[in-house]
This record gives sequence, C-alpha cells and structure tokens, in this order.
Amino acid sequence: MSLTLEDPRIVEFDVRTDEMLVNMGPQHPSTHGVLRLLLKTDGEIIHEVTPHIGYLHRCAEKIGENLSPPQWIPYTDRMDYLAAMNMNLGFALTVEKLIGMEVPEKAMNLRVIISELGRIASHLVGMGAYGLDLGSFSPFLYAFREREIILDLFEEACGARLTYSYLTIGGATHDLPGEITIPPGLAQLTGRDPNLRLQWVDALRMFLDWMGPRIQEYHTLLTRNAIFIKRTANLGILTREMAIAYGCTGPVLRGSGVDHDLRRDGEPIYTRMYEGYNYKIPVAPFDAAFGKTPKEVVLGDNWCRFFVRMMEVAQSIEIVRQSLDRYPTAKGEFRVPFKMNQKLPADEVYLETEAPRGAMGFYVVGDGDAEPFRARAKSSCFCNLSVTGPLCQGILIADIPAIVGSLDIVMGEIDR
Amino acid sequence: MRIEDIHQRLVEKFGIDAIRELKTGVKDPWIEIAAHRISDVAKFLHDDKDIVLDSLNDLTGSDWLETDPKKKTPCEPHVEVVYHLYSYTHRHWCKLKVKLPRWRDGVAGELPEVPSVSHVWSIADWHEREAYDLVGIHFTNHPNLRRILCPEDWEGHPLRKDYEFPLEYHGVRGK
Repeated sequence: MSLTLEDPRIVEFDVRTDEMLVNMGPQHPSTHGVLRLLLKTDGEIIHEVTPHIGYLHRCAEKIGENLSPPQWIPYTDRMDYLAAMNMNLGFALTVEKLIGMEVPEKAMNLRVIISELGRIASHLVGMGAYGLDLGSFSPFLYAFREREIILDLFEEACGARLTYSYLTIGGATHDLPGEITIPPGLAQLTGRDPNLRLQWVDALRMFLDWMGPRIQEYHTLLTRNAIFIKRTANLGILTREMAIAYGCTGPVLRGSGVDHDLRRDGEPIYTRMYEGYNYKIPVAPFDAAFGKTPKEVVLGDNWCRFFVRMMEVAQSIEIVRQSLDRYPTAKGEFRVPFKMNQKLPADEVYLETEAPRGAMGFYVVGDGDAEPFRARAKSSCFCNLSVTGPLCQGILIADIPAIVGSLDIVMGEIDR
Repeated sequence: MRIEDIHQRLVEKFGIDAIRELKTGVKDPWIEIAAHRISDVAKFLHDDKDIVLDSLNDLTGSDWLETDPKKKTPCEPHVEVVYHLYSYTHRHWCKLKVKLPRWRDGVAGELPEVPSVSHVWSIADWHEREAYDLVGIHFTNHPNLRRILCPEDWEGHPLRKDYEFPLEYHGVRGK
C-alpha cells in the first residue's frame, strides 16, 4: 500500500510530537508575583513543572545578623507583605521566647485583635486574586473594598498601610487609638456621615457587623458558583500523606484533612494568647456547620483549600468580636519596654506561629550580643510551593493557575 | 514523648558513637547526631511507631565563626545543620543537630558533606538546596543539589560569616 497526500498517516510524520519547554512567568499575572514555572508539555498536557524562585531574594537572614531584633522587625514586614502584622507577631514572639519575656494581658489582647484582622485582610486578597486567576473579576473588587477599611483602621493605629512594624517585641508600639474619624469606605458603605467621630473599637465593631453578612455574598459569587466548582473541584488533589511529607501548613494542610492549627496546638507562648476564645477550626471534610459541600468536591482539592480560607475569615471575625469584648477590662500595659540594644542571651529558639498562609517559623540564635548570631525565617509558602511539581503532573496548562492560586503564595515570603 | 525518651531510644538503637549528646538546660533541647548516621537516624525517627516524627518543620544551617576579633569565640569554628521535627500523630517536637567542620579536610572552598534526608521528608529537598545555596553545605545523595535562591552562577555562600560581598555581578556594581 502506497502513501498518498490524502492519507492521514502522513500527517503523523510531519507533526513534531516531542516535549516542548514553556516558560510561564516570571511576569505572568496569575503567578502571584515573580514566580517562574518551567513547564515540560506534550501539547496541552503537563509532564513536569519546575518552579524557579529567587527573583525577590534580599538575603534578609544576613541582614538580620547585623541588626538588633527591633531593627529587623521592618524586614519581617516585607516577607509576607499581605499579612505583615502576622510576620511581626511571629518574630516578636520568638525573641520573647528567647529572652523569657511575658507580655501582659492587654498586649496579648491587642495582638489577637490586630493579627486576626490581618488574617481577614490577607484571606480577602487570597480570595479575590483566586477569582482573578479563574477569570472572574468582580470578587476581587469586593475583596479590596473590604480590605480597604481594615487598612484604614490599621493606618489609624500605626500610620502605615502595608508594612506596619506595629506589633513589636514586648507588645505593640502604640496602644489602640481612641477617637478617630470614620474610615471613608465604612461611612459610604453603612451610609453614615463621613465626618463622624467615633472610637476606633466602635468603628471596628461597625465594620465587623457589616462584614459578617457579606461572606454569604462571596459564597454566592465564588464558592457555590457552578463554573468555579468545575474549575476547582476534583483538581490538584493533595493527599494527607503528601501534604505532611512536603511540609505544607495552614489552609493547605487543613484542606487535606489534617486537623492542626498552631493557635490551638502550638507552643504555650503562642497558644496562651488564644486561651478562652470560642472558635472552630475549619478542616476538610467539612461538617454540616459549615454548610453543604458540593458533591464534586474531593478531599484535598483546590476547592477545599479555598473553602478553608473562606471559613477562617468567618472564624476570625468571631475571634475579633470576643477579643473586643475583653479589651476594656484587660489588665496591664500594651507594651513591656525592650531596648533597641538589649543583649540577647546565649541560647537559641525556634517558634512557629499560625500566619494566614501557614506556619511561619523563626529561628533566632543569640550569643550575648544585641544582634542575633543567626536569624532564620522559615517560610510557609516556600514549603507550600514545593508541592507544585508533584501536583501539576498530567493536568492541562489552563489548570496551573487554578492549582498555584489555591496554594495562595506570596513571593516576598518565599524569596526573603 | 519527651526528647529524653527519644534520646534513650536512639542510644539503644544506634549506640553512643552515632548519638553524641543530649543538650538540656536550654530553651529548645537538642540531640547531636554524628554526620554520617543522620540519614539512618532520620529514617528511624520517621518510621518508628512510638515516635513518628512525620514532619520536617525546618532544616537550616548556621556558620559558627566569630569574626569580631575583640570578642571571645563562643566555641570552636564549625558549621551546624539544624533539624526541627514535629509529629502530627503524637504531637511532640524534636530538634536534631549535626556538627561539621567549616571546610572539608580543612581546605578552604571545599564544602563539608552530610547525607541528605530528602528521601525521608520530601520537603528536605528544597530546604537542603537552600542550605547549600546560602550556608554552603554539601548534601550527598541529594537528587538535585542546585542553588535555589541565588542565581546559578553566584559565587560564595552568603550566610558564611567570612563571606565577602561581590564588588561586581554581570556589570552591576555592588557596594
């Protein structure tokens, strides 16, 4: 049998079928910063993904060896810049553990309010940006509208909107503010007079009351949206064993069904901040209290990770409410003084705290000097990102943003 | 399980030569392991039913060299690899240390060697690449020991205490 031009088998010889290398990033908008993914593809199917990181590397750890802890606090801001308050808290607690400092009740109370607000703001960005990754633009705008009010409240407390350096060793730099002018966004959304003067805590309460019912709207927009479920459910399945082996933490770990939250299971110096609070830790598979789970959802897929974050927003609102109730009667000062050049003891400690993106660890070695001998920041996103390679095998190129987005990474923290 | 009990189990299993010291009286007690046995010890700690340290929370290195001539050296110059382990099953912590010479055979520039634990905990792959990149520790049997944060043609290991900042990199002047 001879081959003719019409014979379909000829095409087979003409088309190159070997693997193709595709660069995704470092400027791709769906990679959450300067992340470069090197894809080895066969047509649309991914064979291998290799993340290349380090574009934001500043060697903050080397800088930390030359600065005293209060001076290094601003550098921790720039790690996870979407949750800078939680980074400050992690490092401050580590240094407090090293020098054996106990902060008073009022400082702990303030820290709970601020760090849980930071968690809400961070998860709002995570949710909005994930919607963007999957091609729905509007949740992003709503998320930023809400986040704006939190940033306004933070600005009243410490003067900064992104890199706060507010929670510091021994407590916080200032007490919570007294009377403020209502944040413009809040005045508009609740229909108040924009010149209204009120207490900071009352403005925060007003915001929480307004924010609570909004979560239902996000569920309508994203969580229960049929297109969203099709793009996320049963995709990027991270098993429990894999999540633990790859050191995943935070919502990624809880989305895979491991019931572990450092606010409850961490070290005493951290967990005593959260003693007596009534809140639930959302873990996949979700029980009925969190609402119905769509039937397509599999344990450990993108949807589970996203839903853990959404539920944490609701839980954080509850924690802030309870904390606000305690604040007026909390004993002690908002800060224990810590000198800029205070000597650190010759010892070494490691402490992990529950940042919005996972367990952020700091390892500080003192040698009797004011500057630590070694300051190490273990990033949760670094570990969460390392699972991208195994997760992305055999999927379509279009699903990569859905998987990488569900890990919710921040490159500033990965590259440090 | 407390770290004293884990230490006891390790000494019974591997002997006093491999398990060098239990350091207590500090904030985070640690066990010092001989460098050539760390891979076996890690495997045992991960698999043993009573211990199950299934999570490697952190792996890092630190360079112990006092560069300030006015200060007393805290200890002999050496390089450490520090492992922070946690068990999700039993909810206990453990910290391991491996001490290495600053340079292999005392030749400056030859990186000290320690067996990789990436076959026990998958995350060790990236952590070890970072320790290699920044601290300058060579992990033998590592599947892919390349620089991870610095560019591939970077010279030196920045977290070494005697690291000298490059004056020029691809036409960009430093300092």
